[in-house]
Amino acid sequence: MRITRRTLLTGTAAAGALPLVTPLRHARAQAANTIRIGVLNDQSGLYRDLTGPGSTQAVRLAVQESGITTRGVNVEVAEADHQNKPDVGSTVVRQWLDRDGFDVIVDVPTSSVALAVNTLVRERNKVFLCSGAATSDLTGSACSPNTIHWTYDTWMLARGTGGAMVAAGGRTWFFITADYAFGHALERDVSNFVRAAGGEVLGSVRTPFPGTTDFSSFLVQAQRSRAQVIGLANAGGDTINSIKQAAEFGITRRGQRLAGLLIFISDVHALGLQTAQGLVLTATFYWDLNENTREFTRRLGRMPNDVRPSMIHAGCYSAVLHYLKAVEAMGVQAAKASGAAVVERMKAMPTDDICFGKGTIRQDGRKIHPAYLFEVKSPQESRAPWDYYKLLQTIPADQAFRPLNEGGCPLVRT
Amino acid sequence: MSELWYDLEPFLQQGTLGLVNGAFYAILSLGLAVIFGMLNVVNFAHGAQFMLGAFVAWMLLNWAGIGYWGALVFAPLIVGLFGVVIERMMIARLYKLDHLYGLLLTFGLALIIEGLMRNAFGSSGLPYEVPEAFRIPPVDLGYMLMPAYRFWIVVVSLFVCLGTWYAIEKTKLGSYLRAAVERPKLVQAFGINVPQMMTATYGAGVALAAFAGVLAAPVYSVNPAMGANFIIIVFAVVVIGGMGSILGSIVTGYILGVIEGFTRVFYPEASATVVFVIMAIVLLVRPTGLFGRA
Repeated sequence: MRITRRTLLTGTAAAGALPLVTPLRHARAQAANTIRIGVLNDQSGLYRDLTGPGSTQAVRLAVQESGITTRGVNVEVAEADHQNKPDVGSTVVRQWLDRDGFDVIVDVPTSSVALAVNTLVRERNKVFLCSGAATSDLTGSACSPNTIHWTYDTWMLARGTGGAMVAAGGRTWFFITADYAFGHALERDVSNFVRAAGGEVLGSVRTPFPGTTDFSSFLVQAQRSRAQVIGLANAGGDTINSIKQAAEFGITRRGQRLAGLLIFISDVHALGLQTAQGLVLTATFYWDLNENTREFTRRLGRMPNDVRPSMIHAGCYSAVLHYLKAVEAMGVQAAKASGAAVVERMKAMPTDDICFGKGTIRQDGRKIHPAYLFEVKSPQESRAPWDYYKLLQTIPADQAFRPLNEGGCPLVRT
Repeated sequence: MSELWYDLEPFLQQGTLGLVNGAFYAILSLGLAVIFGMLNVVNFAHGAQFMLGAFVAWMLLNWAGIGYWGALVFAPLIVGLFGVVIERMMIARLYKLDHLYGLLLTFGLALIIEGLMRNAFGSSGLPYEVPEAFRIPPVDLGYMLMPAYRFWIVVVSLFVCLGTWYAIEKTKLGSYLRAAVERPKLVQAFGINVPQMMTATYGAGVALAAFAGVLAAPVYSVNPAMGANFIIIVFAVVVIGGMGSILGSIVTGYILGVIEGFTRVFYPEASATVVFVIMAIVLLVRPTGLFGRA
């Protein structure tokens, strides 16, 4: 057969579909005292370093430290790649919950996937511990009695980085927004903040997700808007490319400021301090923040590609640790019977771990802890590998997240 | 006048930037067209080889202290050599089989290479600075500020593309190549080593991809997925231009870069899809592609 255009096109289509391989199947020992944890995240794409295999490593550490397995309870941990696609993620979760008897889904970055998982888990009355996704809708209009949103959200990022930028005099904004649930939510939450502070949003541009490499066109549009602040409502590889190309085009030299609204430590590492220095960012965890966080990093051991844990990794650890405490408190049978009951129990118990310190879980499923405003160090200030942040400000737990009555969560009784 | 200028300005800006993307499309689709035209192999590993070019540039800098200019020469050589090994060891065995096997083999290779690089270097990417010579203030074009390095990309890609076109269409070696494609047995009878020429062609095509990778390293994040983002678009470019048409792939590469740029002015959300819409239209109207022969 001669190769024809048709063969090529079929091949291309097949190439797109091929990665949809089913995740690992597990032995079906339907033991009644086995808790099955599924870590679902991006194992191969632009969010791999900040979630990916590191999250599974953190979950395993939590299982080990909880000591639950020494008390006769089996815990199985599996992981799968959702490729940042809601359909792929939904398929995996359906298999896990309907066929393989999983009890809890952990992590799930990429808000569009998380919102899909949120619904599936609720319908089946299991537990969803969300660490990776950012959209504040998970505790707002889409809140669920089966979901806890653990680590951070778009409102918190708006309050932190957005608030700092506004306070520093950035009154007019232009957004470069990743065109999916996360980007939209982040843009909305920051815009609300800017307007409430008397500022103005001059415009925004939506970039295709995933798969955008060249951000120069969007940066030039942002430049043209003459806004004082260019807000990057994107994450991971998109943020890296935006900041790298903004430096190339000399955006900041012409007086506009760049606000990376969600920046992870792996992003800073990929950019290099030379390019990243001076960026202001908000996070709820930094590996070198205090003795406890350094201890966590030590216990976690060597991470894939030698990265340091991100706040998402820390969130996976903290969430699973707390979950297992609740399971032990109420008994495995009861925990497996009703996900909502476990979540209710988790909300009733105060949280305490070495990553986030003492905290609580609110009625709407929001985990509450302090947030931190950091500035990226210059190459001269950085004294050791991964010594990247200096603390500018601590945002107390009661101010870091959206007030309970403003989210529009139907679970909240007024 | 000034109002008209204000309306035109975004198109000029995005058109200019589109030309830069078009430069990458052109070099990559050129390599694909050369390999397809001469070997009849659909090289799905092209994106991975582009990515390897960028990574080799990074390794040369960080492990051997060889900077950008050295990388521009050595990275294509190293990755091209890697291509030669692949051609000799694997692809050459498939020439007698259905061409689908070549496609599947190179696609598998691409997945393996990308997977290995992801395991070794993670997904976030590695920093690669713009070379010293281009760290000057952006050039003022009147309607926008353009970093000097992006000009360099457009200029150098034009030279490389035209050079390759000239070598294949106008030189003696090129005529051997084209003859070997039409009548391999006859050309071999004239005393030309056809298998060796095929190997060299594949190596050259791969080297072109790696060259584009080095060009891309300072502007895009050097990460294992950087090729995968490009390759599907580049295949569309090849299909639009006409499979195997050298000139077609070059011209189409630049044009589509510019069209994509324009799309970003009035409907940015569609900028990732516009290429495929055009592909569909071209396939309906001119199934052999814009420059293809039936």
